[in-house]
Order: sequence, then structure tokens, then C-alpha cells
Amino acid sequence: MKLWWKSGAPWVWLNAGAVAVSVIMVLGLIGLIAVRGLSHFYPSEIVEFQVGDPELGLGRMVMGEHVRSETIPVPVARDAGIAVPPELDSDDLVVRHLIKQGNRDVTGQDFAWYAELQMSEWQAPPDAMRLERREWGDFYGYALRVLEGGEVVAEGEGLWEELQSRVERANTLFRELRRIERNDVGVISAEMEELRLRERALQRDPDIEPDALWAQLDQIQDRQAILDQEFQTLRGEIDILRRELYRDTLVATVTGGQEVQIRIGDIVRAVQPNSLSLTAKAVEYVQQFWAFVSGEPREANTAGGIFPAIFGTVTMVLLMSMIVSPFGVLAAIYLREYATQGPLLRLIRISVYNLAGVPSIVYGVFGLGFFIYTMGGSIDQLFYSERLPSPTFGSPALIWASLTLALLTLPVVIVSTEEGLARIPSSVRHGSLALGATKSETLWKVVVPLATPAMMTGMILAIARAAGEVAPLMLVGVVKLAPTLPVDSTFPFIHLERQIMHLGFHIYDVGFQSPNVEAARPLVYATALVLVILIIVLNLTAISIRNRLRERYRAASD
Amino acid sequence: MNDMSQRPRSGQGRSLLPTPEQRERLRRKRTLKDNISRYGIGAAGIGVVIALGMIFVYLFSEVMPLFKSAQVSTQQAYAIPGVESGESLEHLTIDRYDTLGASFTDTGRITFFDLDGGAWRSSFEMPRPDDAMRSAFATAFATTGAFAYGYDNGTISLGRVDYAITYPDNLRQIEPELRFPFGEEPLVLDEAGRAIQVLGLQVSDRGTYAAAELEDGTLMVTSFDRRENIMTGAVTVEQATSELPGFDGRARQILIDNRYRHLYVSDDAGYIHHYNIGNLSNPRYLGAVQVTDSGYVSEMTYLNGTVSVIAGTSDGQVRQYFPVRDAQNQYDLTHIRDFARYDAPITHIAPEHMRRGFLVGDELGNLGIHHATAGADVFDAPMTDGPLSRIAISPVNSLALFADENHQLQVASVNNPHPGISFSSLWQKVWYEGSSQPRYVWQSTAGGDEYEPKMSLMPLTLGTLKAAFYAMLFATPLALMGAIYTAYFMSPKLRGKVKPTIEVMEALPTVILGFLAGLWLAPFVENRLPAVFGILILMPIAMLVFAYLWSRLPEWLRTRVPDGWEAVLLMPIIIFVGWACVTASPYVEIMFFDGSMRQWLTDNGFTYDQRNALVVGIAMGFAVIPTIFSIAEDAVFNVPKHLTQGSLALGATRWQTVVGVVLPTASIGMFSAVMMGFGRAVGETMIVLMATGNSPIMNFNIFEGMRTLSANIAVELTETAVGSSHFRVLFLAALVLLAMTFLVNTLAEIIRQRLRKRYGNL
Repeated sequence: MKLWWKSGAPWVWLNAGAVAVSVIMVLGLIGLIAVRGLSHFYPSEIVEFQVGDPELGLGRMVMGEHVRSETIPVPVARDAGIAVPPELDSDDLVVRHLIKQGNRDVTGQDFAWYAELQMSEWQAPPDAMRLERREWGDFYGYALRVLEGGEVVAEGEGLWEELQSRVERANTLFRELRRIERNDVGVISAEMEELRLRERALQRDPDIEPDALWAQLDQIQDRQAILDQEFQTLRGEIDILRRELYRDTLVATVTGGQEVQIRIGDIVRAVQPNSLSLTAKAVEYVQQFWAFVSGEPREANTAGGIFPAIFGTVTMVLLMSMIVSPFGVLAAIYLREYATQGPLLRLIRISVYNLAGVPSIVYGVFGLGFFIYTMGGSIDQLFYSERLPSPTFGSPALIWASLTLALLTLPVVIVSTEEGLARIPSSVRHGSLALGATKSETLWKVVVPLATPAMMTGMILAIARAAGEVAPLMLVGVVKLAPTLPVDSTFPFIHLERQIMHLGFHIYDVGFQSPNVEAARPLVYATALVLVILIIVLNLTAISIRNRLRERYRAASD
Repeated sequence: MNDMSQRPRSGQGRSLLPTPEQRERLRRKRTLKDNISRYGIGAAGIGVVIALGMIFVYLFSEVMPLFKSAQVSTQQAYAIPGVESGESLEHLTIDRYDTLGASFTDTGRITFFDLDGGAWRSSFEMPRPDDAMRSAFATAFATTGAFAYGYDNGTISLGRVDYAITYPDNLRQIEPELRFPFGEEPLVLDEAGRAIQVLGLQVSDRGTYAAAELEDGTLMVTSFDRRENIMTGAVTVEQATSELPGFDGRARQILIDNRYRHLYVSDDAGYIHHYNIGNLSNPRYLGAVQVTDSGYVSEMTYLNGTVSVIAGTSDGQVRQYFPVRDAQNQYDLTHIRDFARYDAPITHIAPEHMRRGFLVGDELGNLGIHHATAGADVFDAPMTDGPLSRIAISPVNSLALFADENHQLQVASVNNPHPGISFSSLWQKVWYEGSSQPRYVWQSTAGGDEYEPKMSLMPLTLGTLKAAFYAMLFATPLALMGAIYTAYFMSPKLRGKVKPTIEVMEALPTVILGFLAGLWLAPFVENRLPAVFGILILMPIAMLVFAYLWSRLPEWLRTRVPDGWEAVLLMPIIIFVGWACVTASPYVEIMFFDGSMRQWLTDNGFTYDQRNALVVGIAMGFAVIPTIFSIAEDAVFNVPKHLTQGSLALGATRWQTVVGVVLPTASIGMFSAVMMGFGRAVGETMIVLMATGNSPIMNFNIFEGMRTLSANIAVELTETAVGSSHFRVLFLAALVLLAMTFLVNTLAEIIRQRLRKRYGNL
């Protein structure tokens, strides 16, 4: 034993333990996110049971999905207001379950803890259904009949199929309605705003001739009249669509028997998870996942999808990489190939490298102060003075978010490119120069192609870093809910001055600023999973591109 | 290859080579291209470097105005409008838009005039009892615009300056008005009709109070309440008067606070007497403080909020006092701080309207501007030749009026945007109003106009260090030990998998770590507190026990597992110990902690926040491990093999080689790895934002949260007014962060480069 101790073996084992712990933590973390994130889409079973005081007999019915369970000591349970029978003393443990019972409009509380002490057996009624709604969260209950204009059109047999087809129809109508509201009305109101601003600019113009002014104002008014007409037509269409959308009503009972009327236009999805076969569950899973990735958020981001956040993240990152890559590469080439090597350059190089370690929030502060207030403010003064005091570029926006992140990732690209350039043997350069090529020819035709893998790596690492960065974005351009995407069909198509949604910020916002944490929680895990996948894929791509290009150019550089 | 491409063009039967002109042209083109490339890249490169340097320059430029001293420059001078010879000036004011001034004479005339040029606008005469003479004058705090004249028959007349603002033709038109909240009829203060010698006045939404010293030295305080009859519109005034206990000597000035609890009287012997008038029917004398022993209090005034009193003395001292509550809940007027001393008696002190700043004039005509919270003297210069008799500062602190004995008025522009920030207010303990001792406090958000902003960076800096400290405490041992093992002991095949796995963590967005820490880890730790400590203690023990048992296993079994796979062997043990601790946790809580360790901690005097430093330490440690691990692993791995092999050949065990050879060689690299990790922990924002309660506290308790510099910026920067002191202090916080991490990283980088050289020599 003493000898074993003296040989230092225990220390080796402890060091091994440190690695093992680190690896377990990493894998555990990713596993936790994956399991929690992926289980969000699974159509889990709807359970039904009775709760109440065991002494007074069983009380009311509860129906919903089981979220998680907890084992707690009796005193804690008593503190939490659970009626623990007096024969249990404080050394005992109590199990309680968190049930997502939905029906926020009926019960007012969509998540509730129930102690196992007071529960009957859990049943899984096959015809229990879950309705995903546009408002008030999910609904759990039994379908009773479908009404159309107050008349019963389906009841009992065939009800479920009828309901599904009517939900389908309502969803089609809803999409159509959305399209008109977003696109057609959007185009008109954008032009209206344009006209209003032009009018304002004309009225402010001190040099304009009164005749010309009146002529132009008349023109604007004519156009406004036409637009107004179009708008009224659209309004009529929207009204018709809306009436159609809310034509049907579903009568359902919640557990316990209370009847509830739900407009079918409000239903996004109707599922009876308990009677789904395994294949059907798989299909349902994929559909849910797709709805999440491609859908828009609902109910203060606690339900629905995250498409705008994915779109915003990708747009911002693409814009950023278009800014950062040329400048980063040129700066690296300058530092490595052109600048006179000396103590000053070494200082600059160390400084640039160290900027990669500067806290990202500092870049955010710089972006807010310099880009938004200074640059954006000046742009507004020069080009958008008729819109003042409401800012156009003088407020957080896509372009400033991209610029800030470009600055943030610039050191990453420079460091990586420089490493690539340094790795190219000088014999290659000398050979090219000796054959009579100029420095720029050597650079662009020999050195840079050899360094492409390094540049690509730098780029992708920059993108991965930018995609996960949140702190600076909170200052310079992301919002919890952007009404419009930064790219759409109205001129100039890419709206640099718009604010965007961002996956990382979405996690922060939904997880920490949302009023309904329990409802938001699975969504946050799913969003985190999407972000982690995005970033791991980017990093792995960086590694594989680097390796492949390195192989391809190895022959050339040897 | 360029020559090759030229060939087809010259292939017209003559020479196949390009002509000299063609070559010349080609050469010029190539030189041009070369130059374009050279200067283009040069410009872009230098541009990028400058752009990155701009971050420093810009942050610095935003912070600089904080530390600039104030500037006062006289714009014009003219005789005070409305003050005739033989009269004297009692008071001066400026309106909110810096366009109108008002002079108050001892004869009761109030004259409004254009500040630009001094043109007369309008005059009002205060209604005066027929046979009485004016004997005293007082103003309430400047923002109220209220003032009162006292007469020698025991009455006072109370008025308020108001400005009616209209916008005919989109132009601002300001019409000065004089209002009488209690009617034009003078109010009787002393039924006996004794002359009022000294008058004090305060007006707030809690009512109106006046206090006076009468000709026979009696001190009295009266509250006025205004009742309006809804039916008739008639105004009745309700009065409550009580006499204050006297003291030796005569009063010079009387101040009343706007919550009507404290009343101060300065006397002619250098004392300020403190009364509690919270219960008007029973006012109490609380004592006196001596401001000076070689003169008297020549001027005293309230600062914004009417808590702090600034007293100026006849021997040139300027001192701040406010009531401080002691352990018995008794208020004591306490000396807080002194400001720069003047050479002559103080003549007048004018408080700023919305800040804790004030302007001081003395008998030699010197003007000083000070700020109470910051304890700062931001301006000091002579303004007039003779005594500076009256000072007025505009409500937005941009314009000041100075009157001298000869009734000459100077209109001066004042540029003093950030008096409240000084080195001492940011980094040293500050005695804030309402607190019992000097403290470090960060509480920037204004709770109203009278709020005293508390902007000490100390709690934030300490919070930053606290978060970084616990993160490092968690990360350093794991990362360094892991690095040693991975680089030196682990089998190469395994190393090829383990290293990238841990390094992938570096790319993981911290927002994900933050949300897991806040939503999953924090409640988990709260409910399974014994498990956390159990794991900390039991994990190494379990590893050692397993290792010992392993060494006892028969040889044939042990050799089945190749060297360098210890980590894999330990994994099931680790998972088992972790699982066991978590499962056993509720039973441990029941057995030792009465069912809940969290409750037990609270009962034993430890504050426990759900989102605390322990959670942050683990989550941020997670974020830091890959940084430290990656660099340290490189450092250990790069120790030249011949060194370690030599050591092993001489008979040292593997561990002895590590301690004796590897660690000394790699230690500097490992140190630099730790520094890099520290730099990252200091600047991390999202984890701290999400995993703590963000309360700026000053302690190192592991069960309480903290607020860090970076989280503070993220929370507050978007909600503050651009260009305000708060805005610039947040920029300063960013600059501090930048400087801190930049220094740490540069040091680490230089060490690393040194090390690389040393390896080169080995």
C-alpha cells in the first residue's frame, strides 16, 4: 500500500479521473440537451386520474401529460401545501408528479404538481385528444361533436375524421389569410408609408416652387386614393376569409365532464396520441419537428416554431461572413507578407491575437456606441431626415449586428489565415520569385491557393463563434419577436435596418423572460438542440474541409 | 507563363517572341498589378488594424468626458433688471428653457427679464400689509419655485413663480406668472404680531411649512394646509403652529426638509441645531453640531432631495451634513464630507435642481462648483472683483447667473455634464444619503428626480472576480490534471478522441450553458445540495479506492487493459458515484438536515439564493475547461520526449517524471493556460446573466449570487439615456473589462512565446 502510494500511481489515477469527469460532463451535457430537446416532439401519452384527499374519498379528475416526477421529504411536501397524512413522519419521502393539464382558459393553470399519495391509478383513455391551439395553449379533453353555423355535422362515428379534415381546411384558410395580411397588405402599407414620407419631405423642402409642390402633392394624393381603394378591397377579402375560418366549432368535454366550445379556426393540430400506432407516432414526430423548424412562434414565443430565429441567425451570419472574410484575409496577408517584420509588428500581432480573447460584450458596447449611435445616427441625419425623430439606421439593426460580429470574429480569421500562410514553406515563394513572377503573382497564384484551407477554417470557426454569440447582439440588433423577416418581397428585398430574431437570444428570452416557464422549457431545450447541432455541424465541417484541402494541397506544398 | 500566353498573338510569320513594345507594355501592366496588390493589401491590412484599435480609442473617447472638469464662461454682463439703487437683491432664478431670469428685491418686487440682453419683461409686486416692513425672506427648494417674504408684524406672504408655456405658430412662448397658493392676503404666522427676523420655508406635495425666529428669539414652526370648497371655490387655509425649544444665540437661517421630519437652524456661533418636527404637536430638539469654531455658518442650503445640508462658513469652509440613523433609530445630524476650502467667507450656495451638485460663491468673488456624492470639486475660479452676492443655476445646469454687490449681473454658460463621477465615487466607499456608513453600492436606476444615483464599480468588479474565482476553482484542477493525463499518460488512440471531444465544448454557445445552469442546474443543486458536496468529496476517494483495488488484481487481468486506459476504467465508477450521491441525497437530507439542506443553511445564517455562485462556478467552469485544457495539454505534450525518456531511463516512475521533469518544463505554459481561462471567465456574460440573480452584492458567499461588469452592461446599457453619466460609466465598465482581459491575455501570450523559444533550445 505504502509502496503503491509512493510510486505516484494514485496521482496518475486522479489525473485520469479528471479527464474522465470532463468527458462525462461534455457527453452528459450534449446528451441532456439531445434527450430533452428531442423528446419535445414525441406525442406523449395522455393520462387521466383522480386526485383528492384519501380520507374524504377521491375528488376531481385530472388529465394531461406527465412532465416529470420528484421525490421530496415530507416537511418539504407539507411546505408546498400537499396534504400529507399525519401518520407519515418527517423521515419519509413523498413522490409528486408535474402534470401538463393544459386548458389554461378553463382551469387557469396549465401545469400543476400532484402528490402520488392522493392519486388513483393512471388511465390512458384511447380517445383522449390534445389540441394545439393558436391561443390559450394546449387543450386536453374528448371531442364530442362538430358544429357548422350552430348545426351538428358530425358526432360519434366519423367525428375524428371530420374534425381532422375541418382543421386541415381551417389551416389552409389561415395560411391564405396570413399571406394576404403579410404580403399584399404589407406592400400597400409600405408604399403608403413611402408616400407619407415623401409628402413630409416635400413640405419641409424650403427651395421648392409652390406650383411644383402642389403638383407633386396632388400626385401623391391620387396615388394614396388608389392605394386606399386597393386596401379596402383587401379588407373585404380578409373579412370573408375570416368568417370562413371561424365557421366551424368543436364541442369538447374536459375531464370531469364540463363542455367547452372551441373554434376550429383556432386549432393548429388535433392528435389522439393514446390511439396512435408506432408508425403514426413516428410520422407525428417528424411532422412536429418540421412544424417547429419551419413555423412561427406563438403565444409570446412559448409555443409554435422558431423559423424566424433560424432565418435571422443565418442571414446575420452570412452577412457577417461576407464582411469579415475579405478583410480578415487581406489583413492576414498584409501582416504576414507585406509588413516589415519587427518589434512593432510583433506588438500589433499580439494585440490582434488578444482581441480574440476580449469579452464579446465589449464589442457589443462598441457596436452600440459607434455603429448605432454614431454611424447610424449620421446616416439618419444625411439620408432619412424626413423620418426623424424615429430612427432608421440609428437603432439596433441587422447590419449593425453583422458588423459588430464581423469585428468580433476578425481576429479569428486573421489568426487562422496567418497560421496557414506561415505554414507554407518559403521555398515555394522563392521558387516562384526566381522564375520571374512578381510578388503579387506569387501571392495570388501560389501562396494564397495553398493557404485556402486555413482561410476556410478561419471562416467557419468565425461563423460558428458568431452563431453562438448572444451578449453583444442583445445590444446591437436582436429582438424577442420581429414582426417581419429581414429578407422579403418588397424593395430593396434585404432590409438591413430591420431587427432580427436569433436562436441564442431566443433561448435566453424564452427561458428567462417568459411568463410561463414550464410551457417554455421544452421549447428552450429544442431550440438549444437546434443551435448545438448547427454549431457542431459547422465545426465538424471546418475540420473536414481543412483536412480535405490539406490533403489536396499537400502534394503542391511538399 | 505570361510569355506563353502572348505567343499566339505574335504568330504572324515574324518572330515568335513578343516585340520590345509588347514586353514593355506587359512589364508595365505587371508592375501596376503588383503595386495595386501591394497598396490594396497594405491599405486593407492597416485599415483592419486601425479598426480594431478604434475600439480602444472609441471607448476611451466615450469615457473621457466623465473626468473633465467643468467650464464656466461669461457670455454677457448687465445691470440686474428690476433692482433700483437703494434696494438689495434677495434671490435670482432661471426658467426651465434658459430664456427668462427673475430678480427678487427686498422691497418685494419680482422682475422677469430676458436673459439674452437683459430686456425687462414684466414686474410683480408682492402684496404687503399696509403698515408693515419686510423683515425676512426665504425660498423653498429651488424646483418648487416657492418663496416667502416675512414682515415685522408677524405675517408672511407666500408666492410661487410659474411659467405658462404656449405654442402660437409653433414657437415657444413663455409667459411668467406669479401665483399665490394661499391667496394674496398675507398669512399670520405670529398672532402676537412680533416681527419675523429669520424665515424658513418648504413646499412639497405633503404640504407647506414655514418656520421663523421672531424678534424676541422665539422659534416657531407652522404648517399650512390649503382647502378649497368645491361648491364655492373659496380657499380656506388651515394652520397648525407650535413653538420650538430655544437655544443660546440667534438664528441665521432655517431649513425644513420636504418630508417635514427635520428642521435645522444655523446660529451665529457656528452651530447647526437639529429639531425633529415629525410630530408637529411635539417638536423635539435633537442636538447641535459645531460646523466651525472660528466663525459662524454664513450660508446653508439643502441639496436636491432635501436630505443633505451644505453649510458654508465665515472662514471659508464648505461642509456636508445629513441625518444618519443610529442603532436606536435616532437621527443624528452627521458630518459627511468637506469640500475645497475658500479664502473668504462663503456668501451664497446655490443647489443644482436635479443633481447633488451645488455652486458656491465667496466674498472675494470666487466661484466653486462641487458635487456632494462624488465629493468632487469640479470648478474653481474668480468671477467678480467684489463679493459674489447671489448665484442662480438653471434647472438643466447649462446657464448660471452671478450677481455682485454693485448689482451687476453676469450670464455665464456652464458646461458640467458629469460632476457626479469621480475616481473616489467609482472605486472608494461613499457615504450615501440614508445609509449609516460609507459603503460600496451599485444602484444606478433612478427612482425619481430626487434619487441619488449610486455608481460604485466595486461591487461589480468584486462580483466579476467572485464569479471568475469559483469558475477557476472548479475548472483549474480538472483541466490541468486532465491535460497532464491526456498529454502524457493517455494512449495516443484515445487521446485522438478525447481531445477533440473536450475542445468541441469551447465552441458550445455560452447561452446554452447559461440556460442549463439557470433552468436545470440551479433547481437541481437546490434540491440535491448534499449530492453536490457528496460528489466533491466522494469522487476522488472512490477513484483512489478503485485504483488501489485495481493494483491488487491479478497480473493477467490487469494486463488485459492496456496502459493509458485508466480514464475509461474510471468512467463507470464516476457515473456510479454520481448516481449514488444523487439518489442518496434525500435520505441524507432527512438524516442530517431535517429534510432540507437549503432550509438548514438558511436557518444557520447562510443566505441561499437559488441561482448562486456555486451554480455559476460549475457552469462557467464548464466553459473555461476547454480553454485551459487545450493550451495546457499542448504545453505538456510539447515537452521534448528525450527529457522524459531520460528521466524514465534513470529509474524514475512515471509520476516522478511528471513531477520532476514535465511539470517544471511545462509549468509556464500551464500558467498561461490558466490565465487565458481566467480572461475568459472574467468577460463571460450570458452564463452569469442567466445563472445568477444579478444582485450587486459585496461578498464571497458561495450560496449567494453576484452581478458582474459584463452582465451589468448587458442589463443596463440599452435602458439608459445616451450620453448620460450612467451611459458613460457603463462604457467605463466595458473599458475596464477590455483592459483587464487584454492585459491578462497579453501576459499569457508573451509567456507562451517565451516558452516556445525555450523548447527550441532544449
